[in-house]
Amino acid sequence: MKAYFSDRMGAALLMAPLLLFLGAAYAWPFFGVVNWSFTLPEPGLGQYGTLLSDPLVQSVFVRTLRIAAIVTIVSVAAAYAITVVWVRGTPAQRVVAEFCILVPFWISVLTRAFGWVALLSNRGLFNTWLQAIGFISEPLTLVRNEFGVIVGMTHFLIPFAVFPLASSMRGLDDRVLLAARGLGSSRMRTFWSVFVPMTRSGIIGSALIVFVFSLGFFVTPAILGGGRSVMIAELIYLRIFQSPDWGLGAAISVVLVLFVGALMALLFRYVRPKQLI
Amino acid sequence: MPTYRPGPVSLILAGLVALFLLLPLLAVIPVSLTPTRMLAMPSGELSLRHYRAMIEDPRWINSILLSIRIGVVSSAFSTVLALCFSLGVWMFQPRFTAALVGFVLLPMVVPPVVSAITLYFLLTSISGVSSFFGYDTWLGVAMAHAVMTVPFATVLILVSLSQLDRRIDLAARGLGATVWERATRIIMPNIKFGIITAALLSFVLSWEEIGVTLFITSVNAITLPRLMWMGLRDNIDPAIAALSVILIIITVLVLVVRSVVVRLRGAP
Repeated sequence: MKAYFSDRMGAALLMAPLLLFLGAAYAWPFFGVVNWSFTLPEPGLGQYGTLLSDPLVQSVFVRTLRIAAIVTIVSVAAAYAITVVWVRGTPAQRVVAEFCILVPFWISVLTRAFGWVALLSNRGLFNTWLQAIGFISEPLTLVRNEFGVIVGMTHFLIPFAVFPLASSMRGLDDRVLLAARGLGSSRMRTFWSVFVPMTRSGIIGSALIVFVFSLGFFVTPAILGGGRSVMIAELIYLRIFQSPDWGLGAAISVVLVLFVGALMALLFRYVRPKQLI
Repeated sequence: MPTYRPGPVSLILAGLVALFLLLPLLAVIPVSLTPTRMLAMPSGELSLRHYRAMIEDPRWINSILLSIRIGVVSSAFSTVLALCFSLGVWMFQPRFTAALVGFVLLPMVVPPVVSAITLYFLLTSISGVSSFFGYDTWLGVAMAHAVMTVPFATVLILVSLSQLDRRIDLAARGLGATVWERATRIIMPNIKFGIITAALLSFVLSWEEIGVTLFITSVNAITLPRLMWMGLRDNIDPAIAALSVILIIITVLVLVVRSVVVRLRGAP
């Protein structure tokens, strides 16, 4: 009995500091933000009404969903292509693939967004080269629009899409593939009808991770969208800092959290958390 | 060893993706060497003026020092809290463990912009009480970064604890070791690598943090990413290219050294 009591005390003493810290520095202020959404500028559900009726807010939500969907499809497809080589290539191919996945992963989001500005801006690499070889006379507009945002976000999210895919491809039984080949199936057919279906949980996990990440993305759209292709996160920032309307910013945040929460619940219905690592 | 290798079509597609991943990192190099004051490709002549400008401009150095200070403080704080919490979870396996760990991981899964507005609320509330701790102060930023990095530190430490053999702890306990002795002399030496990794990752995440930092700083606590952001948003400053090249080189070096060390030690 005494040992049981001291165990509980020990656990409480060790776990309390972090729980208290996050309770005070994260949970409490979050409820403060929720409170803003119902009380600023005046008590009531006014901000949620605005959310439903304001065409600007709605166009931002629609744009965010559209960009997130495109980015998800492109990132997962691209990540799939490089993960196949990373997991199943020869040792040399694996080293190269790993390098190409991990270097961008560890480089800051700002540097990577800046790299795309350097490539795609009017006086950037692409336009300079295309003009030098006489392919175009006027520079193409490749950044400060939705195209730039999609390219930059896809680049940021591919490494995140790789990890769930890699874990599903590692756990795969090779003998099934050899059996398919042995029974006369072509390489292509083996890939599409045997390999891909066996990695389905990885595809679902990686698509949901990328989609959830893109919904709340701030830095890349703000830099590569140049204020013209505003997504939800940037809208929150603008409502807080540029046209002080804290209540609306808070209401958008609450809706975003609820939406992401619902998606995460969906994720854990289909994929066990261990498969994501 | 997989016996089923990717074919030529797979290799070509993967190569294109690899090119896409590396291209923007490579593009930064020529821009950093441009002799003009604006963002442009160098035409003929190369120059190191942007590297010199970065060294000579005290703003960059000050931001780097501030980022290091914030990174060290927030990483130490979040690693210690994460370590205590994880030890509690592992040694005592209390009820509701899943719910408590889930709560701790929230800042990692909630969209960063929501965490940002939450921490903005927190720090502006604190600012009403104290002027050296709150909105736009380095201590405030360090605390906000600790909130954001503590889930990652906790995950890393819990993962390395899950690989530890419980029987060595049971043996120590049976031989009469106290909780403190078990934690510091039996468990911690065995998860040393996980603790160091957690501290390093927390530092790197704080060093790179921009989403939250933008919401909680204005003119005083200008961390390095915050300064880069200002240079990117207004008028693109090629000094950012010089800085980016240096950061990319450091990252590549660290990854190469790490993979060499891992290969020499023969660990996975």
